[in-house]
Order: sequence, then C-alpha cells, then structure tokens
Amino acid sequence: MDSQSNSVMLQVQNLNKRFGEVHAVRDLNFDVRKGEILGFLGPNGAGKTTTMRIITCFISLTSGAVKVDGTDIQSNDLLVRKRIGYLPESAPLYNDMLVGEYLKFVGEIRGLTGSQLDSRIDDMFQVCGLGHMARRPIGKLSKGYRQRVGLAQAMLHNPDLLILDEPTSGLDPNQIVEIRQLIKRIGQEKTVIYCSHILSEVSATCSRILIINNGSIVAKGTPDELTAQSGSGNRYAMRLRGAEQDVIESKLREVPGVSGTRLGVAPGDWVSLSVFSDGSQDIGEQLFKSVVDNGWSLAELKRETASLEDVFTQLTRGQ
Amino acid sequence: MNALTVLSIFKKEFRAYFLSPIAYVFTTVYLMVTNFLFFQGFFIINQADMRGYFGLLPWVFLFFVPAITMRIWAEEKKLKTLELLLTWPVSDFAVVVGKFLASFAFLTIVILLSITVPITVALLGNPDMGPIIGGYLGALLMGGAYLAIGLWVSSLTENQIVAFIVGVVVTFALFIVGNQFVTMAVPSALVPIFSYLGLGNHFDSIGRGVVDSRDIVYYLSIIGFFLFLNVRSIESRKWE
Repeated sequence: MDSQSNSVMLQVQNLNKRFGEVHAVRDLNFDVRKGEILGFLGPNGAGKTTTMRIITCFISLTSGAVKVDGTDIQSNDLLVRKRIGYLPESAPLYNDMLVGEYLKFVGEIRGLTGSQLDSRIDDMFQVCGLGHMARRPIGKLSKGYRQRVGLAQAMLHNPDLLILDEPTSGLDPNQIVEIRQLIKRIGQEKTVIYCSHILSEVSATCSRILIINNGSIVAKGTPDELTAQSGSGNRYAMRLRGAEQDVIESKLREVPGVSGTRLGVAPGDWVSLSVFSDGSQDIGEQLFKSVVDNGWSLAELKRETASLEDVFTQLTRGQ
Repeated sequence: MNALTVLSIFKKEFRAYFLSPIAYVFTTVYLMVTNFLFFQGFFIINQADMRGYFGLLPWVFLFFVPAITMRIWAEEKKLKTLELLLTWPVSDFAVVVGKFLASFAFLTIVILLSITVPITVALLGNPDMGPIIGGYLGALLMGGAYLAIGLWVSSLTENQIVAFIVGVVVTFALFIVGNQFVTMAVPSALVPIFSYLGLGNHFDSIGRGVVDSRDIVYYLSIIGFFLFLNVRSIESRKWE
C-alpha cells in the first residue's frame, strides 16, 4: 500500500463530539485507505455510532475535521453524502413499501434514472440475493432479508465508502456467515467501515481493526498486531484434583511466573482453573511439577496464547 | 436536482397515504361528518348557498388536519428511518417541502371529494358560485396553513398521539387569537393585530367571495413560517 495522500479514503482528525455534558467522542484520529475493510470495534456506548453519524453528516461535529476522499464534510456535505453508502444499526426501512419500490425510491433520491437505475437495482437483487423478494412488503421480511435490503440500499449508487453499523445484529448464525461473505466480496472493490461490538465478527472480515472505548481509540492494527500487542502473557487451562480449591489455587500462585488464577466450574471434586503468566516463557513444566510435588492428579493442562478476545476485554474493561 | 428530490419525496409520501387504510377511513369520516353537520341545518335555513358548510371547516380542520400530519415526522423518528433519509444527498429543506406538498395534495383530494355538496346545492336551488369557489380556495389556503403547523409539531416528537394532540392545541391557539372571545378581552389597540393573526378570519373574507391579496399573503406567510420552523427543528438534530 503506497502512502500517497490520494490513497486515503477517509481522514478523521482530532474529532470531538459533545452532547451537553457528555463527551461522546474524544480526539479521534484515524485514516481509512482505499480498498480497505476497517473494523471499528468497541463495547456498546463507546462512541461508534456517534462517529459514524458524524461521518455520514447526520449530526455535526463539535471540533476537528473529517475528510472523505479529500472533501471536507462540513463545507461540502451534499457531495460527501453522494459518495457514502450507509447502513445504520438495525436497518431502519419504510415498512409499508415493497422491496423493489423502496430501492427505486432510494435510487431516485440518489439521482439515478431510467435504465441506469433499473440495471443497478437488478445488480443489487443479484448481489444481495433479493430478486425473489422484489414484490414483498418490507414490513413482512425476516430480519436477515431486511438487513440485505439495507445493504442493497447502501450500495445502490456504487459508493466509494460503505459504512455498516452492526450489520449482523439480530441475525442467526447462518445469516451472519452469509452477510459476512457478502461484505468480504464487496470489500474487494470498496472501502468499508464495519462497526461491531463482536470481535470474532470483525477479525474474520477486516484487514485492520480499530478499538475504541469511551470515545477514544485504545488500540489499532491488523488482527495479528493486536494479538501481539496484548503482551506476551499466556493462559493455562488446568483441570486437577487432590486438594481443596483454595489450597490448589494458593500453591499454584507460588509457582514462579504465575501472575494470577481464576476458578472455573468443574464436576465432582475436580477443580478447573485458569492460570495466567506474565512472562513470555512457557511455565507449563513448572505447573506440572508443582502438581506432582503436591501429589495431585492432573487431567488437563493446556496453554493458550492471548486471543483477540482477551485484548478486547483488557482494553475496554473496568470503566 | 433539488426539484427532483422534492418530487421523489412527494411521490413516496403521497403513496404512503394510500398504502395504509388511514386514507380511506379518514376520507370517509371527513365526508360523513361535514355532510351531516351541513345538511342538518341546510334545510332548516332553506337557502341555496354553502356558507354553513365553509363555516364548519375551520373547526373540522382543527381535528382532521393534525391527523393527516401527525405521522409524517414522528414515524420517521420512531422507526429511525430519519437517520437514513437525512444521510442521503438531500437538503433538509427539500425533504420538508416534499412532505408538505404530499400532505397538501392529499388534503386537496379530500376537499375536492366534497364536490357532491355544491352539486346538491345547485340542484336544489340557484346558488351564487362566487362564494363557493372562493370558499374552496380559502379552504385550500387555510388547510395548507393548518398542515404546515401540524407538520412542524410532528417534527418535535416521535409519538404520533402527542403530535396529534399538540397539533390540535397549537392550531386552536392560533385560531382563537383572532376570535371574538379573545379580541373582546385585549386592549383595543391590539385588536387589529390579533384579528389579523387569527387563522379563521381571513378564511371568512375569502369565503364571502372577496379574494383579497392580503388574505392570500397571510396564509402563504403562515405556511412559509412554519415550514421554516420545521427545517430548523430537523436541523437541530445536528447539535441537540
């Protein structure tokens, strides 16, 4: 990826948004390059939707600047809106309209006419698998199909920047996989911002991830970089018996390198434990020796390197 | 471009009236109520004119017009479709105008469906057509003013019932300031201002068949003013 300025699709500089007393977005800075799928991640209420609403010109910013392909959103908001496709959270649609009729309406608003409009609608039917639903009222569609209509609406005018706010919320696992594949396919040509509070979602689809919490960025990078960033800690899942829980826990904490333990649930007199180490070296052997020295029996000892899930929890917990 | 946006919004909003049963129920009830109230007294007075009919309209509109407009913004807010609508490349003004024109077209149709009344009156006697045509023109202008007020009120809430009730209250307030109840009580220097502001007075003079440009200007100003307030209240989402 070259570093020329014209390869940047979206530029967010020192973005701030206050709602009265609430400081919803604080000094946000990030770029999205052309052709990139950016995962925008954060717990509920972190400021994701607010940021997207600012970029799509639905609400105004308090301070800072946002540029879409070099165009400032404040000085030229109609131009920016033309280039953005947006699917808000929960896909708000006009329930009394038919699917085909709705897309036609959106196309007209977007300035498409005649055969161009018809062919774009046909494309969307195909891409989103909606052809057989064209004459259904939107209000009668299932959640998955509504989401697809929302996506079709967002992509109808072939936008340069596609912003999807929780596109898979409320869908069943099969539908999630479908929508995810659809987004991946779209992302081959388009710049996509994918908001979610579910990590596995984003790590499966996005080339780069940005984690925000309380309105500021707490981490950014590729999924691999983020995993590495979480530090070198390991987690050992253990299942053993031979003494009281408390005894086992306190003895294991004495093993050099162990930073903490967490009790799990296990049947019978088995004790299930997660043991955390802070160093990068493997302490599996020491743990095993400690079990042997104490004369306990061990049924399971498994090392797990920190996952993205841990990174997310670490970065966004405790506020 | 802007005109096309207005047209798209207009078409969508206008069709929306007929996609739900509301339009049919509304039209039926409106025609039944106005016809009943009018013909009840018509044969007693025994005069072939429609003064009684047009005299009803300011009161009937008070309840019917907010019912037309209550849905328009409140539903968009409730269903959050507003968030999508206002991120499309449309100006707030174009959306407001499109929605207003759609509700105005609907009201026009409803008003014109009462054409059976002047036909009946003409069959029974020999009415002067001037006041009747003037009355219809006045009804459209006054209806437009009521609509603009109702539309603005609808943009302030996401609850349609609240939009309806507040709409009735606001229109009633603007109607009553020009009424004798109020003008009798205010200092005499203020009487011309109050009676000028009243929503109903200008309708009365147009209804006499006297189409005065001041009355037309009055209604157009009311419409313009409340559409302006409407644009501002839609814009206010940006700063909250």
